Amino acid sequence: MTTTTPSVTSVPLLERFRVPGGFVLGAVLLLGVAPLALSDFRLSLLAKYLCYAIVAVGVSLAWGRGGLMVLGQGVFFGLGGYAMAMHLKLADAAATGETLPDFMQLYGTGDALPWWWKPFANPAFALAMTVLLPMAVAAVLGFFVFQRRVKGAYFAILSQALAAALSIWLIGQQATTGGTNGLTDIQGFFGYDLNDPVNQRMVYFIIAAVLLVLMAIARQLFVSRYGELLIAVRDSEERVRFLGYNPANVKLVAYVVAAGMAGLAGALFVPAVGIISPALIGIVPSIGFVIGAAVGGRASLVGAVLGAIAVAWAQSTLSDAFPAAWTYLQGLLFVVAVGFLPGGLASLGVVLRKRRTRTTPIPTGETA
Amino acid sequence: MSGEGLTVRDLRVTFDGFKAVDGVDLDIRPGDLRFLIGPNGAGKTTLVDAVTGLVKATGSVTFGGEELLGKPVHKIARLGIGRTFQTATVFEELTVLQNLDIAAGSGRGPLTLLRRRKGVPESVTKALETTGLTDLRDRPAGVLAHGQKQWLEIGMLLVQDVKLLLLDEPVAGMSHDEREATGALLQRVSEDHTVVVIEHDMDFMRSFARSVSVLHAGKMLSEGTVAEVQADAKVQEVYLGRASEPEPAAVPVPEEA
Repeated sequence: MTTTTPSVTSVPLLERFRVPGGFVLGAVLLLGVAPLALSDFRLSLLAKYLCYAIVAVGVSLAWGRGGLMVLGQGVFFGLGGYAMAMHLKLADAAATGETLPDFMQLYGTGDALPWWWKPFANPAFALAMTVLLPMAVAAVLGFFVFQRRVKGAYFAILSQALAAALSIWLIGQQATTGGTNGLTDIQGFFGYDLNDPVNQRMVYFIIAAVLLVLMAIARQLFVSRYGELLIAVRDSEERVRFLGYNPANVKLVAYVVAAGMAGLAGALFVPAVGIISPALIGIVPSIGFVIGAAVGGRASLVGAVLGAIAVAWAQSTLSDAFPAAWTYLQGLLFVVAVGFLPGGLASLGVVLRKRRTRTTPIPTGETA
Repeated sequence: MSGEGLTVRDLRVTFDGFKAVDGVDLDIRPGDLRFLIGPNGAGKTTLVDAVTGLVKATGSVTFGGEELLGKPVHKIARLGIGRTFQTATVFEELTVLQNLDIAAGSGRGPLTLLRRRKGVPESVTKALETTGLTDLRDRPAGVLAHGQKQWLEIGMLLVQDVKLLLLDEPVAGMSHDEREATGALLQRVSEDHTVVVIEHDMDFMRSFARSVSVLHAGKMLSEGTVAEVQADAKVQEVYLGRASEPEPAAVPVPEEA
């Protein structure tokens, strides 16, 4: 967010330090003020919201800048989350001398670990998979989808269908994925006991640091030539093609990066919350991932992140008080944001300023 | 460099049995400023669509010795063929400078793309000067006047380093002064590029064309200099309305469907 007040944007010095200043302010708030001011319980809630914010960073890139309506980020969040949870479950089991995670002993058919679980016992492999697996799936999917020029609502529906398919598949595999329950009751995190509040705080710091780093990466993508090209593809794909680019590749990069970020968010969600389950990655949560970005301002990185945190906070506050009403409110927020304020709250200042002073047409210049 | 020549042989485009382009031969010499005229539905835009890979066609289109038919749009563009559309399509949210910078960059590697733009590429500076948009370079393209958008599009083709420019009604909807300025711009551009212009405006054609091709009902009707084409009885019949002194500017011509 802007650290300076909007009215002083004409001062070049402040303008130059706006972005690094904002970054430092964000770091101070997340890494300094929040841990001091918040109780253990509140801080662990914030850690969960920050995971959603990490997803929103990718959404801001793919949807805000690239125009890809990524309504299925739950798939990538889930892949990252399950990759992490599988490793942590295996580590938990190993710590108590078992070979199988607890739920497999209850529901499993035999006493052998499924082959595709085995490599996840290796922490380096599991960590790499939390990011690489979502990116690989996104790369294959995106390649075919963008090459065939599937876009707009069709792309959104396809994304949703995929999120539904993954969660349904997981529910069906009770013996190997924990089914509806998901992977629960996670005790340790690379040797640290998650029941210890100190270690919970450590997890919070990791998540906050990851968020800041990913925001810095996304910011670089936004201001790079690639970022300009991505906007061009969003606004006029055909024109870009006639300039000699293949827009499919441009979109693919944004889609894959966003998927990697969602995967990392899912992976960090697991130690922060202690569970990953189909209900956290299906259609409804997938829509939830983009609502925050839509409300805050999907094309604005800070807007998307703050929006995601605010909506997640509102959800956990309001859904306790009015469990039935929240879903409707969520839908309403989405419709209002997309329909009436496409730039989200981040654009409110600009919209209001435009109201006051209608844009003046510029005089026709001479060609000479 | 004076551009490359375009050779079209027996080009045919069919939409659901309707022959939009029906066996057209066309030779455009390097450095030409060719006007492609014809009544609505004559197949002018479809011809350009076929050359640039937007619609499927049979026959042969060669440019600098390479066959274009069957190649995807972006590959044809990379061979040095650029086009504009009837409605100016610039990237409205990006500045004039960013528009031109993107047009200049289809050959950029990933590392360049991931970095921020430092300075202005020379070709962009030159195109800003040629099109007279230097003072507007930091304005979003969306706020430009209609004529300026068309000039920006032409500028984008210039930095794209195309050898052949295909312009679809570049002066439609322009004021008289803008037309004159555009004509002068096209003449400057054609000094080192090959330019093909689809146009309805006869006055504009007479003032600036170096050579003219007349299409009618998907077939090539006549070719030659402005004087030769105007003297052609077939052309007068189908297009110029049989009058010895045509007044086409008085007839507003709607955009082709």
